[in-house]
Amino acid sequence: MKRTVPLIICSLTGFILIISWFLPAAESWGEKVTHWFDIVAAFAFVLGGANLLKIHLQKISNRRIGWGYSAVTLTAFLVTLLAGLFKINVNPSMNYPAYSWSGNYLDEGGLLWWIYEYLFVPLSATLFAMLAFYITSAAFRAFRAKNIEASILLFTAFLILLGRTYAGSLITSGLPDSLAFLRFENLTIIIMSVFNLAGSRAITIGIALGVVTTSLKLLLAVDRSYLGSD
Amino acid sequence: MKNSSLLWLVIFLLAGGYLIFRTSHGDMGISYVKVTTISPEKSNVQWTQYSKASKKEAGEENVQFSWSRTIGLWVAALSTLAIFSFLYGDNVFYKISESVFIGASAGYAMAVGFWDGIVNLLLRNLTPGLMRESIIPSIPKENHADWFFIIPLILGVAMLARLLPKGGWIARWPLAFFIGATAGFRLVVFFHADFIIQIQSTILPLIVFTDGSFDWQTSLKNITIIIGVLSCLVYFFFSVEHTGIIRPISRLGIWFLMITFGAGFGYTVMGRIALLAARLEFLFSDWLWLIDVE
Repeated sequence: MKRTVPLIICSLTGFILIISWFLPAAESWGEKVTHWFDIVAAFAFVLGGANLLKIHLQKISNRRIGWGYSAVTLTAFLVTLLAGLFKINVNPSMNYPAYSWSGNYLDEGGLLWWIYEYLFVPLSATLFAMLAFYITSAAFRAFRAKNIEASILLFTAFLILLGRTYAGSLITSGLPDSLAFLRFENLTIIIMSVFNLAGSRAITIGIALGVVTTSLKLLLAVDRSYLGSD
Repeated sequence: MKNSSLLWLVIFLLAGGYLIFRTSHGDMGISYVKVTTISPEKSNVQWTQYSKASKKEAGEENVQFSWSRTIGLWVAALSTLAIFSFLYGDNVFYKISESVFIGASAGYAMAVGFWDGIVNLLLRNLTPGLMRESIIPSIPKENHADWFFIIPLILGVAMLARLLPKGGWIARWPLAFFIGATAGFRLVVFFHADFIIQIQSTILPLIVFTDGSFDWQTSLKNITIIIGVLSCLVYFFFSVEHTGIIRPISRLGIWFLMITFGAGFGYTVMGRIALLAARLEFLFSDWLWLIDVE
């Protein structure tokens, strides 16, 4: 029951989805399983939220270091969740004005929209923007043109950065038309459409083979690591 | 007080004073909205709808100052600065913003999961009548309950069994469903799009004629692509020792891969810098009104 049922569920689901690709009559199965997947994923979010509550409440009740930040996390979590679940400040849909719950939970003006627009978007965008500094700093420390391979990588990155900025175009704008292919923006196009294409295509083929073999190992119950040890 | 702390305090006070001065004069950090009264046909219900208005539209009819959006603008700006403050070092403002981000992200994901997954997919199919009368009036009257959706409901509830002190193993069932569905779906999609199609696209003519004359540029391009893909694949092929003729071919493959990684790195840096520029644009344009990008 603990190990056999999950193995059967895994194999059955996977093979049904594979078969549905080849049988016209079973085409809708794939769509249905995708819907089921989204529903179970929604329950997984509930599980994730419950875990978040549990961990941070424990931290607060034990007065562990940084419990104040846990309180902030929980407050933000609960406010966002309630704003979303109760569609706070969301107007009804234009087509169904008599139904007060018919509006979209992310409609402009709603509290969840406010949180998304003024908290979630700026925070996530700034966190990712910070990586610009760290990537540059890490590259400066790690990248050294010690051998041919490292030099090729550095040179390509340099060309791409120059080719995609106004400065790069300006530097080589004086080249005559007969040498136009040497302009940074044109070199970038050549790198992307020939050399990068070849490399990424080989990587993509390798990844595809990896995905296919890993999937088969899971569906044929050769790989059972997801079941845990007990 | 350390000299550095004193310096930062002075900088903060000056910056704060500058912000207060400009805000009090209505020169920055204000949001306006366009007010529209909505009165749908065949209904007595009416409500007011607010949509974003630019500062140039201020003073126009139906455009008014918005407290909630002005507060939002300041929250967004101060959150942005709080995250950037990490570049100086770990500090309380960064940690608070980080905590808010974690909490808001989790809450947002749960709310989206509830409305899109549980209401719009599960309840819509299991109880279409109830949903039609309450939340989703657009459901056609001929829609009937699809009892197959009991299966994801059972799997979803089983997922929550992980929270129980005993019986957590039941949560393996939905996990197995997840893994099986992902494996089954990905197997076919990846095999088709990333294996067959990629090989198909690599089968290119080595000698190309355009309008009856030899097109050396396209020919050279095709030859390079084919050599590049093959040499990279030879490098990935570890079942054969990379000696003899294989060695130079795999070396060439490494060079192609290095160009790919270099290009990837360049584009990643460009992407992050674009994001950074967008944040600075928000601060200097939307908040401080020092530049005008509209």
